[in-house]
Amino acid sequence: MTSSITNRIVAHALLILGIVIVAFPIYYVFVASTHSLKEILTPPLPLIPGSQFLHNYYEAIFGGVQKIGGVSAARLLYNTTVVGLCVAVGKIAISILSAYAIVFFRFPFRMTFFWMIFITLMLPVEVRILPTYKVMVQLHLIDTFGGLILPLIASATATLLFRQFFMTIPAELVEAARVDGAGPWRFFFDILLPLSKTNIAALFVILFIYGWTQYLWPLLVTNSNDMNTIIIGLKKMISFADADTQWHLVMVTCILAILPPILVVVLMQRWFVKGLVESEK
Amino acid sequence: MTPRATFPHKILPYLLVAPQLAITLVFFYWPASQAVKQSLFREDPFGLHSKFVGLANFKHVLSQPNYINSLEVTVIFSVFTAVISMAVALLLAVMAEKVIFGRAFYRTLMIWPYAVAPAIAGMLWLFMFNPYFGTLALPLRWTGISWDPLLNSGQAMVLLIAAASWKQVSYNFLFFVAGLQSIPKSLLEASAIDGAGETRRFWTITFPLLAPTSFFLLVVNTVYALFDTFGIIDAVTGGGPGRATETLVYKVYKDGFVNLILGDSAAESVILMAIVIALTAIQFRYIERKVHYG
Repeated sequence: MTSSITNRIVAHALLILGIVIVAFPIYYVFVASTHSLKEILTPPLPLIPGSQFLHNYYEAIFGGVQKIGGVSAARLLYNTTVVGLCVAVGKIAISILSAYAIVFFRFPFRMTFFWMIFITLMLPVEVRILPTYKVMVQLHLIDTFGGLILPLIASATATLLFRQFFMTIPAELVEAARVDGAGPWRFFFDILLPLSKTNIAALFVILFIYGWTQYLWPLLVTNSNDMNTIIIGLKKMISFADADTQWHLVMVTCILAILPPILVVVLMQRWFVKGLVESEK
Repeated sequence: MTPRATFPHKILPYLLVAPQLAITLVFFYWPASQAVKQSLFREDPFGLHSKFVGLANFKHVLSQPNYINSLEVTVIFSVFTAVISMAVALLLAVMAEKVIFGRAFYRTLMIWPYAVAPAIAGMLWLFMFNPYFGTLALPLRWTGISWDPLLNSGQAMVLLIAAASWKQVSYNFLFFVAGLQSIPKSLLEASAIDGAGETRRFWTITFPLLAPTSFFLLVVNTVYALFDTFGIIDAVTGGGPGRATETLVYKVYKDGFVNLILGDSAAESVILMAIVIALTAIQFRYIERKVHYG
């Protein structure tokens, strides 16, 4: 028995060490965001939050970020929220519809369409940046929300997940609905959608994070500061070579950029973990 | 597939797949075919002339020392990132299985980095370890290391791998926890009754039974290290110092958008596509096998 107790103590110790390493970078930035610029520039930084919390956050949100990057923190957060929400909702909407068609209807080219969607799994944005960028220019989508969002909302993963889930729905359910006189729309809204609630919630978390954390694509497709996402805005604020970088405001912006997705993940943890582990199978 | 009840509509299904197909065609197939086409042509930077050159772009790209360099950088970066983040995650997942008290608490804190953008993960690590005011750069200095990841290429790589692994640990952790929970407890108990110690039980039962999870994660982590880490590299080193941290994806970006060597960039894109297709095929085969045997 003693060995099992020692065992557990070792396990706790290792877990705590792991969590310290995992959480420390985020804590460090939070602490830095509550100190003055002078304190940040003279290491070591104290390990407890300083007295400048209200001052720094007020300065960053009301004008500080605007002064450095030419765009307000509110605008950056707004842009990123729009991208995150539209990517998540758009992806879920178009893929649930196409999965519905592929599983519950029989029509010519059904499998051709399925494979066409499936193959896009193999073409992440990163491998076709230049040609996709040219398409954006031709369609006049540079510096628009359409340009930021549309190329990111087509993906096979969500379609595959819904297809897999729909195929587990018993045929009797469909037959019963048809006998009762329900048309395809009725069946979709009254039966399929309620059944898919958990899957939709899980996908929402994963896709919102995906949209929020995009980097390469927003970097390419936005030139105007007003259309930047907060992550691009943050990158533009930083220069290690430049002595004038307002680090205390950078730290605040950094916290603003990571807080919303962390909240989403932590608050929707149950669906997120289930969805993540199951959707990737 | 078993025949199943369906709705007898002729036009509706086409309308349902239309949005996804339209986006797929415009933003996937069109650009991808452009990339393939462009990789066979050579164009001047102003886009005024282009002529068909066959596979010359590929030959040119593959004979460049810079490309071979970025291939090496990519391999080193990906292997270390995948191995470190998986090993740490596995250790923590095994520990999390052992404890009863506080399990949910540990998990909640462990998943934070999943929500942090790769670019920000890079910035966080650079804040802590930058040579000018990084608090954690100080102890390194005290031990006599001349720490400057912005000038020293080896140290730049170490910092990138640390940031990339840090971000990926939470993802791997969740999968290993799920994998561990699916191992039948009866097997472990039987083995314990037979007198196998804990270490032995881990290597003879747990570890082999985690093989499918590990293999899946290996593929996912490789794809992550290849593509999703663009933000980390751009935020921390910008491919430098020199070309010490220029990965394949970073080079596609640089040649296409900074150096404007379009033919080369397209050829590099096509080579990358081939790598992704190969990785996806491996992953798909593995999924198929799992369906058949278990």
